[in-house]
Amino acid sequence: MTRIYISRDMASVALGADDVAQAFASAGCEVVRTGSRGLFSIEPLVEVETESGRMGYGPVSSRDVDAVLAGTHVHHLGRIDALPFFAAQQRFTFARCGVIDPLGMADYAAHGGWTGLDIARSSPPQAVVDTVKASGLRGRGGAGFPTGIKWQTVLDAPNAPKYIVCNADEGDSGTFADRMLMEGDPFCLIEGMAIAGHAVGAGHGYIYIRSEYPFAIDTMRAAIELSATRVAPFTLEVRVGAGAYVCGEETALLDSIEGKRGQVRAKPPLPALSGLFGKPTVINNVLSLAAVPFILSEGAEAYAGVGFGRSRGTMPVQLAGNVKNGGLFEVGFGITLGELVQDIGGGTASGRPVRAVQVGGPLGAYFPPSLFDTPFDYEAFTQAGGLIGHAGITVFDDSVDLAHMARFAMEFCAVESCGKCTPCRIGSTRGVEIMDRIIAARTVEPAAPAPPSGVLGQALYSRAPDRIDVSASAQTELLRDLCDTMKFGSLCALGGFTPYPVLSALDHFPEDFGAGVRKPLAAE
Amino acid sequence: MRDNDAKTTIVEWTLRYGSGREQLLPLLHALQHEIGYVDDACVPLLASALNLSRADVHGVITFYHDFRRRPAGRHVVKLCRAESCQARGGVGIEAAAAKRLGVAMGETRRDGQVSLEPIYCLGLCAIGPNALVDGRPVARIDEVVLERIAAEVAA
Repeated sequence: MTRIYISRDMASVALGADDVAQAFASAGCEVVRTGSRGLFSIEPLVEVETESGRMGYGPVSSRDVDAVLAGTHVHHLGRIDALPFFAAQQRFTFARCGVIDPLGMADYAAHGGWTGLDIARSSPPQAVVDTVKASGLRGRGGAGFPTGIKWQTVLDAPNAPKYIVCNADEGDSGTFADRMLMEGDPFCLIEGMAIAGHAVGAGHGYIYIRSEYPFAIDTMRAAIELSATRVAPFTLEVRVGAGAYVCGEETALLDSIEGKRGQVRAKPPLPALSGLFGKPTVINNVLSLAAVPFILSEGAEAYAGVGFGRSRGTMPVQLAGNVKNGGLFEVGFGITLGELVQDIGGGTASGRPVRAVQVGGPLGAYFPPSLFDTPFDYEAFTQAGGLIGHAGITVFDDSVDLAHMARFAMEFCAVESCGKCTPCRIGSTRGVEIMDRIIAARTVEPAAPAPPSGVLGQALYSRAPDRIDVSASAQTELLRDLCDTMKFGSLCALGGFTPYPVLSALDHFPEDFGAGVRKPLAAE
Repeated sequence: MRDNDAKTTIVEWTLRYGSGREQLLPLLHALQHEIGYVDDACVPLLASALNLSRADVHGVITFYHDFRRRPAGRHVVKLCRAESCQARGGVGIEAAAAKRLGVAMGETRRDGQVSLEPIYCLGLCAIGPNALVDGRPVARIDEVVLERIAAEVAA
């Protein structure tokens, strides 16, 4: 019986993988459902096991069964790991994703699984923390804080019990690495959390997954049950979010697990000392925890050996939006933005020129092609006025209107603000209004202020809306002032980083904000 | 509302998992799953089961976008509005979907047949515009796919 591998990743299913799998099963094949390899232009992807390895075909539809089994399908790709998109990667964290059955315990063990946990458990906690420190691993959620130092703080905290919390509230648009890992290699995350539990002395862990990821929730729950005896006495449970983006902020996430509104806490105290239920808590992103098994099994040097400057190891970069070869590309830090977008991503899917890329989700900056020589590195991106965030890159072609994108950034902040601090709660709404005026000023001449009449009219004149200078230049100045307040006055990154997309759009694409030449009416 | 269903769900849940306040979100998810929405009549039941104030429970329900306080349409289309889908023509599809389904974004059609809801990112960002149609992911939405969705939710 021919063995066939087809992904059960949510993206593959969205492209019809279930129908394809059904068709192959009806044809008498043994179908193994894997995670996704991570290149969506070849999905649904079918791999046929042969004597010379797994032969890939994609994209494939349910009508192509005979052609694939005969080896005559036009989308014959050969060995998947030999394709340029995969050969150029350094897959440390995603080595098994797309290869193994995500819920096959034997498969996981056969591919090097649990080695890291066994090594960790045979050494004292301090040695494990030292290994993670030596690897140079930094928080993959966006802030880039050294993971080893966070663990050390929790290990040294006297209070008990301690908790491990995995932040799987991957809400940034343009990112999907957490989702792919949880669906494609859930035991890897479980192993990473069990190692963290041993390292800091925690017995229980929570995985907080957003409700928008139903496949990941199901896979993680099943994987936790299957591996319960393997990771015992460490225990785990899944908590499901409820559509609040701000719960990706670590303290809001903790409040959400505690059953409260997901509002941001003021820091200090740090979650490492007073986190979940007021106890010392390691809270790490999925990718940070999933990088740990490799670090333990292959050694800190192997991980720290790749990278750039103070950014060590690999980053699973996600190419998204209007990009030809969209998908997950895990590679050592230091690759430039241009290489990622043009060489690997292959430019836009629409075939039009790239005008802007947004790096790091809704709170990340827009970069023009003139900054494509920026190396992928935490410090280099900060210097360029942006952030790596969760390493999602959203590509836009030349039809994008950056003023509309800046307005959307403010609108999104207004929708998702937790409401605790004023700059974010109110500033975002004022930001939408300012952007509306700027967009209006691009096409319409500002009306002349109406003269005041009567005593009351005179008194109210100074506050009247039509006295606002609605010219693009005045509103732009106001926008910068507002962004300044939000950036420095907000409690967390939602309000504090919303100025990044807004100001980067304004700085790099001033023509969209009515500067210089007045733009003709947008063709929409 | 099927009042007894809600009561049974709450009692069974607290017996099984305890009545700490950290059970509030899982319980709200369970209620919404069972009944389709979280009726205001559930608020006092939850408050007394978890020893919270009604204001506290109300505050949590209204904070999270997922929890509905009224029944949704028979079919629910959750359409992504985030940047990556916008980069692939999401704004146009949003307008077309509202027109084709005959319901504004964030609303339920008057005949109760379909709700169109915004969602911010399904993590399918290289194959947008995306939607969840009754929980099933749909990618690369264009006019043709939209027509298929419309036929599906008309049933």
